[in-house]
Amino acid sequence: MEAGSGDILLEVEKLAIRFRTHGGESAAVSDVSFCLKRGETLAMVGESGSGKSVTSLALMRLLPKAPLCTVSGSVRLRGKDGGMLDVLSLPESRMRAVRGDNVSMVFQEPMTSLNPVQTIGAQITETIRLHRPMGRRAADEEAVRLLDLVGIPAARQRLTAYPHQLSGGMRQRAMIAMALSCEPSVLIADEPTTALDVTIQAQILDLLRRLQEQTGMAVIFITHNLGVVAEIADRVMVMYAGRVVEQADVVPLFRQPLMPYTQGLLRSVPRLDLAGRRTGALSAIRGNVPDPRRPPPGCAFHPRCDFFVGGRCDVQAPALDVTSDDRQVRCLRWSEIAA
Amino acid sequence: MSAILEVENLRKWFPVGGGLFGRGQKQVKALDGVSFTVKPGEILSVVGESGSGKTTLGRTVLRLAEPTGGAIRFEGQDITTLSRRALRPLRRRMQLVFQDPFASLNPRMSVERIVAAPLIIQGGISRAGRQERVAEMLQLVGLQPHHAERHPHELSGGQRQRVGIARALIMNPSFLVADEPVSALDVSIQAQVVNLLLELKERLGLTILFIAHDLAVVGHISDRIAVMYLGRVVELAEAGTLFRDPRHPYTEALFSAAPIPDPTLRRERVILQGDIPSPIDPPSGCAFRTRCRHALPACAAAVPPLREVGPGHFSACIRDDITLQASVSTP
Amino acid sequence: MSTTTQLLPATPADEALPPRNTAWRRFRRHRLAMLGAAIILILVLGSYAGPYLIPYNDTYIDIMQRFAPPFSGAHVLGTDELGRDMLARLMMGGRISLAVGFTAMLISMVIGISVGAIAGYYGGVVGSALMRFVDAVLCFPTIFLLLALAALIDPGVTSITLLIAATAWMDVARIVEGQIRALRERDFAVAAEALGASDRYIVFRELVPNAVAPIVVAATLNVAKAILLESYVSFLGYGIQPPVPSWGNMLNNAQIYLTSAPWLAILPGLLITLAVTSFNFLGDGLRDALDPRMESH
Repeated sequence: MEAGSGDILLEVEKLAIRFRTHGGESAAVSDVSFCLKRGETLAMVGESGSGKSVTSLALMRLLPKAPLCTVSGSVRLRGKDGGMLDVLSLPESRMRAVRGDNVSMVFQEPMTSLNPVQTIGAQITETIRLHRPMGRRAADEEAVRLLDLVGIPAARQRLTAYPHQLSGGMRQRAMIAMALSCEPSVLIADEPTTALDVTIQAQILDLLRRLQEQTGMAVIFITHNLGVVAEIADRVMVMYAGRVVEQADVVPLFRQPLMPYTQGLLRSVPRLDLAGRRTGALSAIRGNVPDPRRPPPGCAFHPRCDFFVGGRCDVQAPALDVTSDDRQVRCLRWSEIAA
Repeated sequence: MSAILEVENLRKWFPVGGGLFGRGQKQVKALDGVSFTVKPGEILSVVGESGSGKTTLGRTVLRLAEPTGGAIRFEGQDITTLSRRALRPLRRRMQLVFQDPFASLNPRMSVERIVAAPLIIQGGISRAGRQERVAEMLQLVGLQPHHAERHPHELSGGQRQRVGIARALIMNPSFLVADEPVSALDVSIQAQVVNLLLELKERLGLTILFIAHDLAVVGHISDRIAVMYLGRVVELAEAGTLFRDPRHPYTEALFSAAPIPDPTLRRERVILQGDIPSPIDPPSGCAFRTRCRHALPACAAAVPPLREVGPGHFSACIRDDITLQASVSTP
Repeated sequence: MSTTTQLLPATPADEALPPRNTAWRRFRRHRLAMLGAAIILILVLGSYAGPYLIPYNDTYIDIMQRFAPPFSGAHVLGTDELGRDMLARLMMGGRISLAVGFTAMLISMVIGISVGAIAGYYGGVVGSALMRFVDAVLCFPTIFLLLALAALIDPGVTSITLLIAATAWMDVARIVEGQIRALRERDFAVAAEALGASDRYIVFRELVPNAVAPIVVAATLNVAKAILLESYVSFLGYGIQPPVPSWGNMLNNAQIYLTSAPWLAILPGLLITLAVTSFNFLGDGLRDALDPRMESH
């Protein structure tokens, strides 16, 4: 594999998703562009309705069909032969082969994404044999290897376990094993640790990091937890009301956030190092998360923004600016604010 | 000043399984000998993994779940065995805020009706008086007067939680159990609600038992913190002490697992192996020993009692000879 | 569709009050339900006001006009074997059938809601005992139970209504029990308890209003069922006794003349079908309209 462009596993350009509902059409996501390199972890951060989950489903082509939902833009994914696949225009039969094989997904609540009436073993071997010509015996062995890889103790015995017989953390590991069964080049993890306890979350983050080192897969990690972002991400994409509002490497983003929304989010998290010191009120972002069906005009964040200027922020929709150090920010006033 | 809530050796067991007539029935020991006191005006947080019994604790001290044993004293009065009728006047003084603000508000009722419910149930106030009180409360929790006519599904998550808080506070309680009040909210809304709770606590002189798993929020809000594991309190101390000088290996591991929003601080963590054991068959002796990196054979022998290891600092670990990793360094 | 609603959670904006009466708006969109409601309204008005508007009494025997076919003379819908006006008899029969249907529904709702609410809220031994009793009663084939009971007692409008109610409350009890059992675990029920509310307050002010949609749907379907049951029993001769007309016993009389005077069977049969389907449509529409999760976007 040559260096440079060959390292890019996923390229998303001008992705836009519109839903048709009773009340007419609404844009769930617009103008999302990013690319993902081998071994990289991109954290997608946002609150409810920010469009982060919809975006990930669009990458998997798992959204409802055309009249209900229209997806435009381009999503290019590196295939196993090294060429780029145009995900949005692949026929459904080809897409089924791509899912699981090139890109797979781990969800927040493994209980709802695992089949409750099938054993863990059956579900994993089924996924394996769907994509690879392999006998039942060999697939069983492969399943044991995968369960072992994700740190499930007594893997062989677990093959015959049903999802409800496993704990939440174990279920999530089984889900990850299934997602990894065909060595996808891109793994999308949609809030994979939100439903778990912190101790189990630490285990899963550790596992993901280890697997990534071993396989070089790229990970899109969707979360709203900034602590988790700091822990796992190489790059961060902050979403608000269906748009990317800031994109940067993790350290500069946490050190000097440019977009007022990112600044507010970072400030509103209590600092552990000040624990027990009663430091007064947290600096909260005022107002509410906007209704994705009725985003405010202009910059969607303007009603909650401390840097809001009437006649400007509420009129002109800001474009995504690229800064000199290759960061992206969507704010009319970012350079004034940073100065 | 005397304690507002005293809990002594509180137990809450749930029967599970078993055949006909309870043969072979086992007990889930959700709470197994919990003792602590809550001082007037403080925020005592209870943290622990799911299955540690923290939610059951909140419900049981309010007598919303029947205790199996032990004693609960509220403002000096033993309420462990009070009848529902006898508890009724006390309910004005102790209230509850729930985790899921949507599930805890009746979807059929308007905000006005929901917030007025305590006044209707407890009685003795006219319709006009009720309306006035509701308007006051809505203003106090930062809602607009026009929200009174809305229904819960017409509000955002943060607004719903404000309604839940208004309902809990309309009778002027002295004691509030807040069961994960911000964990279902969006990140940018959590800080608003945390600020509101702290402000109301100051203004109304509340005492709060704060049940949570988000250690950053707990660290910010608490005076003291109790760490629970499998139905028992394993460590209890002032918030700062617990973060800087943990004395129980479980506290060390739990606090170490909390992700810190600073990418330059990717620490060496203490990662616990395995899951919290089943509360039906907890390990003998110290229940944490199966996941503890400092466990000794002696840990299996007896349940370690909660001992005072420093001023106001209690820990239930027999190993005084170990040094644990603080989750935050002293600045 | 489910993915879409999940992905776009309802987080309404602060401004823009959503329009009121969304249930009514949703109901109006349901065409079949609107049609059903209109037909029911016509049937009720026709049965209760109609007899005052036509020149014939339902018991008046016009011996010269026996078996007059519909649309052939003075009797618009024809006459029966005794020369009684069919329209008048259908209207009076409608009064009986609809009254039996509504009253039986009301009684079965009261019994069903009470039993279901008690069983669902208290659960445990009381709850299981009540629900096993419901199951046991449900095991009886309704129609035979009804016939057996009707053979034992003196058939009349009141007794038939009570009998139908006695065989129709179990479904309601089951629905309500399930709803209440699920609802009482919800946090808002705990919240009411934490406020010191009595059981009665929690059940009837907090829980039952949340089960109103399935209850109303069950109620409309129960009216349809009761009308049908009354027809069965009366058709078999154990129900409403002639000369008092009901749609069911009119059918009974009509069987012998099926070939010579088919309208005697067709007309009451048509009205029974019309009433029952209308109530079923109405039930469907109400189910959709009253479900708050069907919130229109």
